[in-house]
Amino acid sequence: MGYRTKIKPDYNLIEGLVSTGAKVLDLGCGDGTLLSLLIERKQVKGVGVDIYEDGLNDCLKKGLSVLQLDLNKGLSRFKDGSFDYVILNMTLQATYNPLQLIKEMVRVGRKAIVGFPNFGHWKLVLSLLLKERMPKNKTLPYEWYNTPNIRLMTIKDFRVLCRESGIKIIGETFLGEDGEKIGGRLISWRAAEGIFELSSR
Amino acid sequence: MVGPGKAFDTNKYFVICANVLGGCKGTTGPSSIDPKSGKPYGPDFPLITIKDMVNCQLKLLDFLGIETVLAATGGSMGGMLALQMAVSAPGRVRNVIGVATSAHVSAQNIAFNEVGRRAIISDPHWYGGAYYDKTPPSDGLSIARMIGHITYLSDKTMREKFGRKVQSGKGFVAKFGEHQFEVESYLKYKGTTFTERFDANSYLYITKAIDLFNLEDEGGGSLAKALARATSRFLIIHFSSDWLFPEYQALELVDALKDNLANVSYRVIESNYGHDAFLLEEEALTRTIVSFLEGAK
Repeated sequence: MGYRTKIKPDYNLIEGLVSTGAKVLDLGCGDGTLLSLLIERKQVKGVGVDIYEDGLNDCLKKGLSVLQLDLNKGLSRFKDGSFDYVILNMTLQATYNPLQLIKEMVRVGRKAIVGFPNFGHWKLVLSLLLKERMPKNKTLPYEWYNTPNIRLMTIKDFRVLCRESGIKIIGETFLGEDGEKIGGRLISWRAAEGIFELSSR
Repeated sequence: MVGPGKAFDTNKYFVICANVLGGCKGTTGPSSIDPKSGKPYGPDFPLITIKDMVNCQLKLLDFLGIETVLAATGGSMGGMLALQMAVSAPGRVRNVIGVATSAHVSAQNIAFNEVGRRAIISDPHWYGGAYYDKTPPSDGLSIARMIGHITYLSDKTMREKFGRKVQSGKGFVAKFGEHQFEVESYLKYKGTTFTERFDANSYLYITKAIDLFNLEDEGGGSLAKALARATSRFLIIHFSSDWLFPEYQALELVDALKDNLANVSYRVIESNYGHDAFLLEEEALTRTIVSFLEGAK
Protein backbone atom coordinates (compact mmCIF):
# COMPACT_ATOMS: atom_id res chain seq x y z
CA MET A 1 0.00 0.00 0.00
CA GLY A 2 1.58 3.30 -1.02
CA TYR A 3 0.68 6.51 0.74
CA ARG A 4 -0.25 9.43 -1.41
CA THR A 5 0.64 11.94 1.22
CA LYS A 6 3.86 11.97 3.17
CA ILE A 7 3.58 10.63 6.67
CA LYS A 8 3.55 13.74 8.79
CA PRO A 9 5.52 13.89 12.07
CA ASP A 10 2.34 14.17 14.14
CA TYR A 11 1.15 10.87 12.64
CA ASN A 12 4.15 9.07 14.13
CA LEU A 13 3.43 10.73 17.42
CA ILE A 14 -0.22 9.68 17.39
CA GLU A 15 0.87 6.17 16.43
CA GLY A 16 2.91 6.11 19.63
CA LEU A 17 -0.17 6.96 21.67
CA VAL A 18 -2.38 4.21 20.23
CA SER A 19 -2.18 0.67 21.55
CA THR A 20 -1.97 -2.37 19.29
CA GLY A 21 -5.26 -3.89 18.14
CA ALA A 22 -7.34 -0.97 19.41
CA LYS A 23 -10.61 0.28 17.92
CA VAL A 24 -9.99 3.71 16.41
CA LEU A 25 -12.35 6.37 15.08
CA ASP A 26 -10.50 8.99 13.04
CA LEU A 27 -12.54 12.17 12.67
CA GLY A 28 -11.57 14.34 9.72
CA CYS A 29 -9.56 11.44 8.30
CA GLY A 30 -8.83 13.11 4.93
CA ASP A 31 -7.26 10.65 2.49
CA GLY A 32 -6.86 8.03 5.22
CA THR A 33 -3.06 8.18 5.53
CA LEU A 34 -3.09 8.16 9.34
CA LEU A 35 -5.71 5.42 9.51
CA SER A 36 -3.77 3.22 7.05
CA LEU A 37 -0.63 3.78 9.08
CA LEU A 38 -2.38 2.73 12.28
CA ILE A 39 -3.87 -0.34 10.63
CA GLU A 40 -0.55 -1.39 9.17
CA ARG A 41 1.66 -0.72 12.17
CA LYS A 42 -0.74 -1.14 15.07
CA GLN A 43 -3.27 -3.59 13.58
CA VAL A 44 -6.08 -1.32 14.75
CA LYS A 45 -9.71 -1.72 13.69
CA GLY A 46 -10.33 1.69 12.17
CA VAL A 47 -13.21 3.80 10.92
CA GLY A 48 -12.73 7.20 9.29
CA VAL A 49 -15.12 10.12 9.06
CA ASP A 50 -14.85 12.99 6.63
CA ILE A 51 -17.00 15.11 4.40
CA TYR A 52 -14.90 15.84 1.29
CA GLU A 53 -15.32 13.59 -1.72
CA ASP A 54 -11.70 13.37 -2.87
CA GLY A 55 -10.45 12.22 0.52
CA LEU A 56 -13.34 9.80 0.91
CA ASN A 57 -12.63 8.19 -2.46
CA ASP A 58 -8.91 7.94 -1.57
CA CYS A 59 -9.95 6.12 1.62
CA LEU A 60 -12.11 3.73 -0.42
CA LYS A 61 -9.13 3.00 -2.69
CA LYS A 62 -7.15 2.00 0.40
CA GLY A 63 -9.93 -0.37 1.43
CA LEU A 64 -10.69 1.66 4.53
CA SER A 65 -14.06 1.92 6.24
CA VAL A 66 -15.02 5.57 5.84
CA LEU A 67 -18.25 7.41 6.52
CA GLN A 68 -19.32 10.69 4.94
CA LEU A 69 -20.74 12.48 7.97
CA ASP A 70 -20.72 16.10 9.08
CA LEU A 71 -18.81 16.49 12.35
CA ASN A 72 -20.72 19.69 13.03
CA LYS A 73 -23.81 17.54 13.49
CA GLY A 74 -22.14 15.69 16.35
CA LEU A 75 -21.39 12.03 16.95
CA SER A 76 -24.88 10.88 17.95
CA ARG A 77 -24.59 7.93 15.55
CA PHE A 78 -21.80 6.48 17.70
CA LYS A 79 -22.50 4.60 20.91
CA ASP A 80 -20.90 5.38 24.30
CA GLY A 81 -17.47 3.83 24.66
CA SER A 82 -17.67 2.11 21.30
CA PHE A 83 -14.05 2.99 20.42
CA ASP A 84 -10.76 2.82 22.32
CA TYR A 85 -9.52 6.01 20.69
CA VAL A 86 -11.29 8.84 18.93
CA ILE A 87 -8.79 10.95 17.00
CA LEU A 88 -9.31 14.49 15.77
CA ASN A 89 -6.12 15.77 14.23
CA MET A 90 -5.82 19.37 12.99
CA THR A 91 -9.58 19.65 12.50
CA LEU A 92 -10.94 21.04 15.79
CA GLN A 93 -10.14 24.61 14.76
CA ALA A 94 -12.44 24.21 11.74
CA THR A 95 -15.53 23.01 13.62
CA TYR A 96 -18.53 25.13 14.68
CA ASN A 97 -18.90 23.73 18.16
CA PRO A 98 -15.53 22.44 19.38
CA LEU A 99 -16.63 21.95 22.99
CA GLN A 100 -19.59 19.79 22.03
CA LEU A 101 -17.36 17.76 19.74
CA ILE A 102 -14.71 17.17 22.41
CA LYS A 103 -17.40 16.10 24.88
CA GLU A 104 -18.76 13.71 22.26
CA MET A 105 -15.29 12.34 21.60
CA VAL A 106 -14.69 11.39 25.25
CA ARG A 107 -18.18 9.88 25.36
CA VAL A 108 -17.62 7.68 22.29
CA GLY A 109 -13.97 6.87 22.98
CA ARG A 110 -12.24 5.53 26.05
CA LYS A 111 -9.65 8.12 25.15
CA ALA A 112 -9.68 11.07 22.78
CA ILE A 113 -6.63 12.36 20.96
CA VAL A 114 -6.89 15.96 19.80
CA GLY A 115 -4.17 17.65 17.77
CA PHE A 116 -4.51 21.34 16.94
CA PRO A 117 -2.40 24.29 15.80
CA ASN A 118 -1.35 26.64 18.58
CA PHE A 119 -2.38 30.17 17.70
CA GLY A 120 -0.35 31.37 20.66
CA HIS A 121 2.99 30.46 19.02
CA TRP A 122 5.39 33.37 19.53
CA LYS A 123 5.91 33.96 15.82
CA LEU A 124 2.18 34.28 15.21
CA VAL A 125 1.76 36.58 18.19
CA LEU A 126 4.73 38.69 17.17
CA SER A 127 3.58 38.84 13.57
CA LEU A 128 0.19 40.09 14.72
CA LEU A 129 1.85 42.66 16.97
CA LEU A 130 4.26 44.01 14.38
CA LYS A 131 2.29 43.70 11.13
CA GLU A 132 -1.16 44.35 12.55
CA ARG A 133 -2.43 41.67 10.16
CA MET A 134 -3.85 38.23 10.98
CA PRO A 135 -0.81 35.94 10.97
CA LYS A 136 -0.06 33.31 8.33
CA ASN A 137 2.43 30.45 8.18
CA LYS A 138 2.91 27.00 6.64
CA THR A 139 0.10 25.35 8.59
CA LEU A 140 -2.10 28.46 8.56
CA PRO A 141 -1.73 29.75 5.01
CA TYR A 142 -5.19 31.36 4.72
CA GLU A 143 -6.47 34.92 4.75
CA TRP A 144 -8.83 35.87 7.58
CA TYR A 145 -11.77 35.99 5.15
CA ASN A 146 -11.29 32.55 3.60
CA THR A 147 -9.79 30.49 6.37
CA PRO A 148 -11.55 27.27 7.32
CA ASN A 149 -9.98 27.75 10.77
CA ILE A 150 -12.82 29.55 12.48
CA ARG A 151 -11.87 28.68 16.08
CA LEU A 152 -8.53 30.16 16.98
CA MET A 153 -7.14 28.93 20.28
CA THR A 154 -3.92 28.67 22.23
CA ILE A 155 -2.50 25.80 24.27
CA LYS A 156 -3.61 27.62 27.38
CA ASP A 157 -7.12 28.20 26.01
CA PHE A 158 -7.45 24.49 25.42
CA ARG A 159 -6.30 23.56 28.93
CA VAL A 160 -8.74 26.04 30.46
CA LEU A 161 -11.62 24.73 28.36
CA CYS A 162 -10.90 21.14 29.43
CA ARG A 163 -10.64 22.12 33.09
CA GLU A 164 -13.86 24.14 33.03
CA SER A 165 -15.72 21.42 31.15
CA GLY A 166 -14.67 18.54 33.35
CA ILE A 167 -12.58 16.85 30.68
CA LYS A 168 -9.48 15.13 31.98
CA ILE A 169 -6.16 15.78 30.26
CA ILE A 170 -4.20 12.50 30.43
CA GLY A 171 -1.26 13.58 28.34
CA GLU A 172 0.17 16.53 26.41
CA THR A 173 2.69 16.37 23.60
CA PHE A 174 4.05 19.31 21.62
CA LEU A 175 5.55 19.74 18.20
CA GLY A 176 7.79 22.51 16.98
CA GLU A 177 7.56 24.27 13.65
CA ASP A 178 9.28 21.44 11.76
CA GLY A 179 7.14 18.81 13.40
CA GLU A 180 9.85 17.77 15.83
CA LYS A 181 8.76 16.74 19.31
CA ILE A 182 9.64 19.45 21.79
CA GLY A 183 9.52 19.94 25.55
CA GLY A 184 10.93 22.26 28.17
CA ARG A 185 10.04 25.74 29.25
CA LEU A 186 7.66 28.26 27.66
CA ILE A 187 6.08 25.41 25.71
CA SER A 188 2.86 27.30 25.03
CA TRP A 189 4.94 29.94 23.23
CA ARG A 190 7.15 27.48 21.37
CA ALA A 191 4.69 24.78 20.29
CA ALA A 192 3.33 24.97 16.75
CA GLU A 193 0.98 22.09 17.49
CA GLY A 194 -0.36 20.47 20.61
CA ILE A 195 -1.54 16.87 20.84
CA PHE A 196 -3.71 16.19 23.88
CA GLU A 197 -4.91 12.88 25.23
CA LEU A 198 -8.28 13.29 26.93
CA SER A 199 -10.87 11.26 28.75
CA SER A 200 -14.10 11.88 30.57
CA ARG A 201 -13.61 12.07 34.32
CA MET B 1 -22.12 2.16 -15.80
CA VAL B 2 -21.20 -1.22 -17.34
CA GLY B 3 -18.71 -1.57 -20.19
CA PRO B 4 -15.07 -1.14 -21.16
CA GLY B 5 -13.51 1.66 -19.08
CA LYS B 6 -16.72 2.25 -17.14
CA ALA B 7 -17.46 1.88 -13.41
CA PHE B 8 -17.97 -1.85 -13.85
CA ASP B 9 -15.13 -2.19 -16.30
CA THR B 10 -15.72 -5.21 -18.50
CA ASN B 11 -12.02 -5.21 -19.37
CA LYS B 12 -11.39 -6.04 -15.70
CA TYR B 13 -14.52 -7.70 -14.43
CA PHE B 14 -16.90 -10.39 -15.58
CA VAL B 15 -20.36 -8.89 -15.16
CA ILE B 16 -23.49 -10.96 -14.60
CA CYS B 17 -26.80 -9.16 -14.90
CA ALA B 18 -29.91 -11.30 -14.47
CA ASN B 19 -33.56 -10.35 -14.79
CA VAL B 20 -35.46 -10.94 -11.57
CA LEU B 21 -37.93 -13.66 -10.70
CA GLY B 22 -41.42 -12.30 -11.27
CA GLY B 23 -40.30 -10.05 -14.12
CA CYS B 24 -41.29 -10.23 -17.75
CA LYS B 25 -37.97 -9.98 -19.53
CA GLY B 26 -36.45 -13.43 -19.10
CA THR B 27 -36.73 -15.06 -15.70
CA THR B 28 -40.04 -16.74 -14.92
CA GLY B 29 -42.89 -14.40 -14.02
CA PRO B 30 -46.70 -14.30 -14.10
CA SER B 31 -46.68 -13.91 -17.90
CA SER B 32 -44.58 -17.08 -18.34
CA ILE B 33 -46.23 -20.28 -19.50
CA ASP B 34 -47.23 -22.62 -16.68
CA PRO B 35 -46.06 -26.06 -17.90
CA LYS B 36 -49.01 -27.71 -16.12
CA SER B 37 -51.72 -25.79 -17.95
CA GLY B 38 -49.85 -24.67 -21.04
CA LYS B 39 -51.14 -21.14 -20.34
CA PRO B 40 -49.57 -18.10 -18.65
CA TYR B 41 -49.55 -18.35 -14.83
CA GLY B 42 -51.42 -15.09 -14.36
CA PRO B 43 -53.00 -14.99 -10.89
CA ASP B 44 -51.78 -18.55 -10.15
CA PHE B 45 -48.22 -17.25 -9.92
CA PRO B 46 -47.27 -17.36 -6.22
CA LEU B 47 -46.36 -14.26 -4.23
CA ILE B 48 -42.62 -13.85 -4.38
CA THR B 49 -40.11 -12.09 -2.13
CA ILE B 50 -36.77 -10.35 -2.56
CA LYS B 51 -35.25 -13.43 -0.90
CA ASP B 52 -36.81 -15.67 -3.57
CA MET B 53 -35.28 -13.46 -6.26
CA VAL B 54 -31.88 -13.80 -4.59
CA ASN B 55 -32.24 -17.57 -4.24
CA CYS B 56 -32.89 -17.62 -7.95
CA GLN B 57 -29.74 -15.56 -8.60
CA LEU B 58 -27.74 -17.92 -6.37
CA LYS B 59 -29.00 -20.84 -8.45
CA LEU B 60 -27.70 -19.02 -11.50
CA LEU B 61 -24.27 -18.67 -9.85
CA ASP B 62 -24.36 -22.40 -9.03
CA PHE B 63 -25.24 -23.15 -12.64
CA LEU B 64 -22.37 -20.96 -13.87
CA GLY B 65 -20.04 -22.71 -11.41
CA ILE B 66 -19.20 -19.45 -9.60
CA GLU B 67 -18.62 -19.87 -5.88
CA THR B 68 -17.77 -16.26 -4.94
CA VAL B 69 -18.40 -12.94 -6.63
CA LEU B 70 -16.19 -9.88 -6.21
CA ALA B 71 -19.18 -7.63 -5.71
CA ALA B 72 -22.96 -7.55 -5.75
CA THR B 73 -24.57 -4.24 -6.54
CA GLY B 74 -27.82 -2.60 -7.45
CA GLY B 75 -29.88 0.54 -7.12
CA SER B 76 -33.24 0.76 -5.35
CA MET B 77 -34.72 -2.77 -5.34
CA GLY B 78 -31.43 -3.94 -6.87
CA GLY B 79 -29.71 -2.73 -3.72
CA MET B 80 -32.13 -4.80 -1.63
CA LEU B 81 -31.13 -7.85 -3.67
CA ALA B 82 -27.43 -7.15 -3.07
CA LEU B 83 -28.00 -6.74 0.69
CA GLN B 84 -30.14 -9.87 0.85
CA MET B 85 -27.49 -11.83 -1.03
CA ALA B 86 -24.84 -10.79 1.50
CA VAL B 87 -27.11 -12.14 4.28
CA SER B 88 -28.46 -15.21 2.44
CA ALA B 89 -25.10 -16.38 1.16
CA PRO B 90 -22.33 -15.10 3.43
CA GLY B 91 -18.96 -15.81 1.94
CA ARG B 92 -20.21 -15.79 -1.63
CA VAL B 93 -20.20 -11.98 -1.91
CA ARG B 94 -16.98 -10.18 -1.03
CA ASN B 95 -18.21 -6.61 -1.56
CA VAL B 96 -21.68 -5.08 -1.58
CA ILE B 97 -22.54 -1.74 -3.12
CA GLY B 98 -26.05 -0.66 -2.11
CA VAL B 99 -27.18 2.37 -4.11
CA ALA B 100 -30.27 4.45 -3.22
CA THR B 101 -31.62 1.55 -1.21
CA SER B 102 -32.75 0.50 2.25
CA ALA B 103 -33.36 -2.43 4.58
CA HIS B 104 -37.09 -1.86 4.10
CA VAL B 105 -39.26 0.70 2.37
CA SER B 106 -41.14 3.43 4.25
CA ALA B 107 -44.90 3.64 4.81
CA GLN B 108 -44.89 6.48 2.28
CA ASN B 109 -43.22 4.24 -0.29
CA ILE B 110 -45.70 1.40 0.37
CA ALA B 111 -48.53 3.92 0.00
CA PHE B 112 -47.38 5.00 -3.45
CA ASN B 113 -46.93 1.37 -4.52
CA GLU B 114 -50.43 0.52 -3.30
CA VAL B 115 -51.99 3.36 -5.30
CA GLY B 116 -50.19 2.02 -8.36
CA ARG B 117 -51.45 -1.50 -7.72
CA ARG B 118 -55.00 -0.22 -7.15
CA ALA B 119 -54.87 1.50 -10.53
CA ILE B 120 -54.04 -1.84 -12.17
CA ILE B 121 -56.55 -4.04 -10.37
CA SER B 122 -59.28 -1.42 -10.86
CA ASP B 123 -58.75 -1.52 -14.60
CA PRO B 124 -61.67 -3.55 -16.08
CA HIS B 125 -59.14 -5.22 -18.37
CA TRP B 126 -57.26 -6.77 -15.46
CA TYR B 127 -59.75 -9.69 -15.09
CA GLY B 128 -58.29 -10.80 -11.78
CA GLY B 129 -54.91 -11.13 -13.46
CA ALA B 130 -56.08 -13.54 -16.18
CA TYR B 131 -55.90 -11.15 -19.11
CA TYR B 132 -53.21 -12.75 -21.28
CA ASP B 133 -55.62 -13.80 -24.04
CA LYS B 134 -57.39 -10.43 -23.92
CA THR B 135 -56.63 -6.71 -24.08
CA PRO B 136 -54.21 -6.04 -21.20
CA PRO B 137 -54.95 -3.49 -18.40
CA SER B 138 -52.76 -0.84 -20.02
CA ASP B 139 -54.59 2.16 -18.56
CA GLY B 140 -54.08 0.89 -15.02
CA LEU B 141 -50.43 0.02 -15.62
CA SER B 142 -49.88 3.40 -17.26
CA ILE B 143 -51.30 5.22 -14.22
CA ALA B 144 -49.19 3.07 -11.89
CA ARG B 145 -46.10 4.05 -13.84
CA MET B 146 -47.10 7.74 -13.77
CA ILE B 147 -47.32 7.63 -9.97
CA GLY B 148 -44.04 5.74 -9.78
CA HIS B 149 -42.38 8.28 -12.03
CA ILE B 150 -43.43 11.17 -9.81
CA THR B 151 -41.73 9.46 -6.88
CA TYR B 152 -38.51 9.08 -8.86
CA LEU B 153 -38.22 12.84 -9.52
CA SER B 154 -37.66 15.76 -7.20
CA ASP B 155 -39.61 18.98 -6.95
CA LYS B 156 -36.54 20.79 -8.21
CA THR B 157 -36.12 18.67 -11.36
CA MET B 158 -39.81 18.94 -12.14
CA ARG B 159 -39.68 22.70 -11.67
CA GLU B 160 -36.65 23.03 -13.91
CA LYS B 161 -37.85 20.58 -16.54
CA PHE B 162 -41.50 21.61 -16.75
CA GLY B 163 -42.36 24.42 -14.40
CA ARG B 164 -45.86 25.50 -15.35
CA LYS B 165 -45.12 25.34 -19.06
CA VAL B 166 -48.13 24.62 -21.23
CA GLN B 167 -47.99 22.71 -24.47
CA SER B 168 -47.68 24.93 -27.51
CA GLY B 169 -51.01 25.82 -29.09
CA LYS B 170 -52.91 24.99 -25.93
CA GLY B 171 -54.11 27.77 -23.66
CA PHE B 172 -55.76 27.31 -20.32
CA VAL B 173 -59.04 26.20 -21.86
CA ALA B 174 -58.31 22.52 -22.28
CA LYS B 175 -60.87 20.09 -20.90
CA PHE B 176 -60.20 17.28 -18.47
CA GLY B 177 -58.28 14.41 -20.00
CA GLU B 178 -56.43 16.66 -22.38
CA HIS B 179 -52.85 17.50 -21.61
CA GLN B 180 -52.29 21.18 -21.27
CA PHE B 181 -49.30 21.22 -18.94
CA GLU B 182 -46.09 19.73 -20.23
CA VAL B 183 -45.67 17.69 -17.07
CA GLU B 184 -48.99 16.01 -17.82
CA SER B 185 -48.08 14.92 -21.33
CA TYR B 186 -44.64 13.84 -20.12
CA LEU B 187 -46.14 11.54 -17.49
CA LYS B 188 -48.70 10.21 -19.94
CA TYR B 189 -45.92 9.45 -22.41
CA LYS B 190 -43.84 7.71 -19.72
CA GLY B 191 -46.89 5.70 -18.65
CA THR B 192 -47.87 4.65 -22.15
CA THR B 193 -44.41 3.64 -23.32
CA PHE B 194 -44.03 1.58 -20.14
CA THR B 195 -47.09 -0.53 -21.01
CA GLU B 196 -45.40 -1.50 -24.27
CA ARG B 197 -42.50 -3.14 -22.47
CA PHE B 198 -43.88 -4.23 -19.10
CA ASP B 199 -46.47 -6.67 -17.82
CA ALA B 200 -49.09 -5.40 -15.35
CA ASN B 201 -48.98 -8.57 -13.23
CA SER B 202 -45.19 -8.34 -13.00
CA TYR B 203 -45.66 -4.81 -11.71
CA LEU B 204 -48.03 -6.10 -9.01
CA TYR B 205 -45.81 -8.99 -7.92
CA ILE B 206 -42.57 -6.99 -7.91
CA THR B 207 -43.91 -3.94 -6.05
CA LYS B 208 -45.44 -6.32 -3.50
CA ALA B 209 -42.07 -8.02 -3.06
CA ILE B 210 -40.49 -4.61 -2.46
CA ASP B 211 -43.14 -3.71 0.14
CA LEU B 212 -42.75 -7.03 1.95
CA PHE B 213 -38.96 -6.85 2.07
CA ASN B 214 -37.64 -6.29 5.56
CA LEU B 215 -34.06 -7.31 6.18
CA GLU B 216 -34.72 -7.12 9.94
CA ASP B 217 -36.80 -10.30 9.59
CA GLU B 218 -33.53 -12.16 9.00
CA GLY B 219 -32.38 -11.12 12.45
CA GLY B 220 -35.56 -11.61 14.46
CA GLY B 221 -36.42 -7.93 14.23
CA SER B 222 -32.86 -6.65 14.53
CA LEU B 223 -31.15 -5.26 11.47
CA ALA B 224 -27.75 -5.52 13.16
CA LYS B 225 -28.36 -9.21 13.90
CA ALA B 226 -29.48 -9.82 10.32
CA LEU B 227 -26.40 -8.14 8.90
CA ALA B 228 -24.10 -9.84 11.43
CA ARG B 229 -24.31 -12.95 9.23
CA ALA B 230 -22.79 -11.07 6.31
CA THR B 231 -19.04 -11.12 5.86
CA SER B 232 -18.87 -8.67 2.95
CA ARG B 233 -17.31 -5.23 2.81
CA PHE B 234 -20.09 -2.68 2.28
CA LEU B 235 -20.52 0.62 0.49
CA ILE B 236 -23.83 2.42 0.98
CA ILE B 237 -24.54 5.32 -1.39
CA HIS B 238 -27.28 7.88 -0.85
CA PHE B 239 -28.32 10.77 -3.13
CA SER B 240 -29.06 14.02 -1.35
CA SER B 241 -32.45 14.69 -2.98
CA ASP B 242 -33.77 11.09 -2.88
CA TRP B 243 -36.96 11.35 -0.85
CA LEU B 244 -38.21 7.89 -1.86
CA PHE B 245 -35.24 6.26 -0.11
CA PRO B 246 -34.36 9.00 2.38
CA GLU B 247 -31.04 9.42 4.14
CA TYR B 248 -32.24 8.09 7.49
CA GLN B 249 -32.85 4.73 5.80
CA ALA B 250 -29.35 4.62 4.32
CA LEU B 251 -27.98 5.52 7.74
CA GLU B 252 -29.97 2.70 9.38
CA LEU B 253 -27.95 0.30 7.27
CA VAL B 254 -24.69 2.13 7.98
CA ASP B 255 -25.36 2.19 11.73
CA ALA B 256 -26.17 -1.52 11.91
CA LEU B 257 -23.05 -2.43 9.94
CA LYS B 258 -20.84 -0.02 11.86
CA ASP B 259 -22.08 -1.35 15.21
CA ASN B 260 -21.27 -4.85 13.95
CA LEU B 261 -17.71 -3.64 13.24
CA ALA B 262 -18.20 -4.54 9.58
CA ASN B 263 -16.08 -2.75 7.00
CA VAL B 264 -18.72 -0.26 5.89
CA SER B 265 -18.36 2.96 3.97
CA TYR B 266 -20.96 5.62 3.35
CA ARG B 267 -21.12 8.21 0.59
CA VAL B 268 -23.66 10.95 -0.01
CA ILE B 269 -23.72 12.17 -3.60
CA GLU B 270 -25.13 15.67 -4.03
CA SER B 271 -27.82 15.64 -6.68
CA ASN B 272 -31.05 17.37 -7.62
CA TYR B 273 -32.50 14.39 -9.45
CA GLY B 274 -34.34 12.67 -6.60
CA HIS B 275 -34.42 8.86 -6.63
CA ASP B 276 -33.65 8.91 -10.37
CA ALA B 277 -30.18 10.18 -9.47
CA PHE B 278 -28.91 6.61 -9.24
CA LEU B 279 -29.47 6.31 -12.99
CA LEU B 280 -28.28 9.82 -13.86
CA GLU B 281 -25.34 10.81 -11.63
CA GLU B 282 -22.95 8.62 -13.59
CA GLU B 283 -19.77 10.61 -13.06
CA ALA B 284 -19.88 10.92 -9.27
CA LEU B 285 -21.17 7.37 -8.94
CA THR B 286 -18.41 6.06 -11.20
CA ARG B 287 -15.67 7.85 -9.21
CA THR B 288 -16.95 6.34 -5.98
CA ILE B 289 -17.50 2.82 -7.29
CA VAL B 290 -14.14 2.70 -9.10
CA SER B 291 -12.44 3.79 -5.85
CA PHE B 292 -14.33 1.21 -3.80
CA LEU B 293 -13.55 -1.63 -6.22
CA GLU B 294 -9.90 -0.57 -6.32
CA GLY B 295 -9.84 -1.09 -2.56
CA ALA B 296 -11.48 -4.53 -2.87
CA LYS B 297 -9.39 -7.49 -1.87
